[in-house]
Amino acid sequence: MRYMTARKRAEGKGAAHSGTEHHWYMTVSAVGLALIVPAFVYVLGSTLGGSRDEVIARLSHPAVAILFGLVLFVGLAHFRKGVQTMIEDYSRGTTRRILIISTTVLSYGLTASGLFALAKIAI
Amino acid sequence: MVQLTLPKNSRMTTGKTWPKPTGAKNLRKFDIYRWTPDDGKNPRVDTYFVDMDSCGPMVLDALIKIKTEIDPTLSFRRSCREGICGSCAMNIGGINTLACIYGMDEVKGDVKIYPLPHMPVVRDLIPDLTHFYAQHASIMPWLETKTNRPAKEWKQSIEDRAKLDGLYECVMCACCSTACPSYWWNGDKYLGPAALLHAYRWIIDSRDEATGERLDDLEDPFKLYRCHTIMNCTKTCPKGLNPAKAIAEIKKKMVERMV
Repeated sequence: MRYMTARKRAEGKGAAHSGTEHHWYMTVSAVGLALIVPAFVYVLGSTLGGSRDEVIARLSHPAVAILFGLVLFVGLAHFRKGVQTMIEDYSRGTTRRILIISTTVLSYGLTASGLFALAKIAI
Repeated sequence: MVQLTLPKNSRMTTGKTWPKPTGAKNLRKFDIYRWTPDDGKNPRVDTYFVDMDSCGPMVLDALIKIKTEIDPTLSFRRSCREGICGSCAMNIGGINTLACIYGMDEVKGDVKIYPLPHMPVVRDLIPDLTHFYAQHASIMPWLETKTNRPAKEWKQSIEDRAKLDGLYECVMCACCSTACPSYWWNGDKYLGPAALLHAYRWIIDSRDEATGERLDDLEDPFKLYRCHTIMNCTKTCPKGLNPAKAIAEIKKKMVERMV
């Protein structure tokens, strides 16, 4: 129990002066993903059932490699920021910070591993 | 983590069933949330029967009838009885609305009445709106100017005045904010639809000279950006306003400053 005026409680620590960049990035990346994910799904679907050499040959094509790289990079950045919002909605304090750090590590880790795998196939 | 279940001392129990009025033929059953801080007991749901042949058409009419004729200890706020003061906001049949303008014919079956959700309760159907009002005060709900006051009045064109329609009518009943899941989970920091609608009302006012400061004060991941366009606010507003659109307009203004 802390004796605080209602106004002080409502004002809190004031505005963080951030959030718009996050909001704008999510909007732009959502539009971007809406455009590239169908192409990604189509290319990935067309490789199903092929031999290993056929799949590698398909993924080695520069346009396909760039498309997959973009989906990985933009998709996981979108995932990271989206999950951060979700964590901020439902958790508090230290749990919130640990979860946000874990998600950030996971998404950067997945991006780096995915891009490395793509580069290994394409180059 | 957010609390998804009611705390032990808030869990509801079955309350008293009050006797049916004698000689009445057209009865309607009301289940009403009751709680008082005086007895240390959990909240309960009392059942009342109201003779609809001698009752007005609105839910508030029935509540007043119950208080007058059956149980004078039932507590609820009311004042204008015509949807202007916003006092009688409560949850009726699962919908946050004003009891004075909500017809009983709009409720199917028994009428279940609870206080506005996820707010501390003062007593019975009376929620504690202290924090809600403080959040409203924090958005500076008044005209901020830097230019010297004109001799007569601050002039406004008809077109600019029209921009305030759909905003100035808000009566601060709290139906929208208490219908918003984001406000339930993060109401301590998130301003909620009502305060943000009012914030937009002053941002868009052509006479106000503090637009930048107002936007600065709102630019925060919690104060503004907890709105996830769930739209419960717009769906429930008893005045037919659109707080979700007002919030979206604030977000647009934030982006316009940046891009």
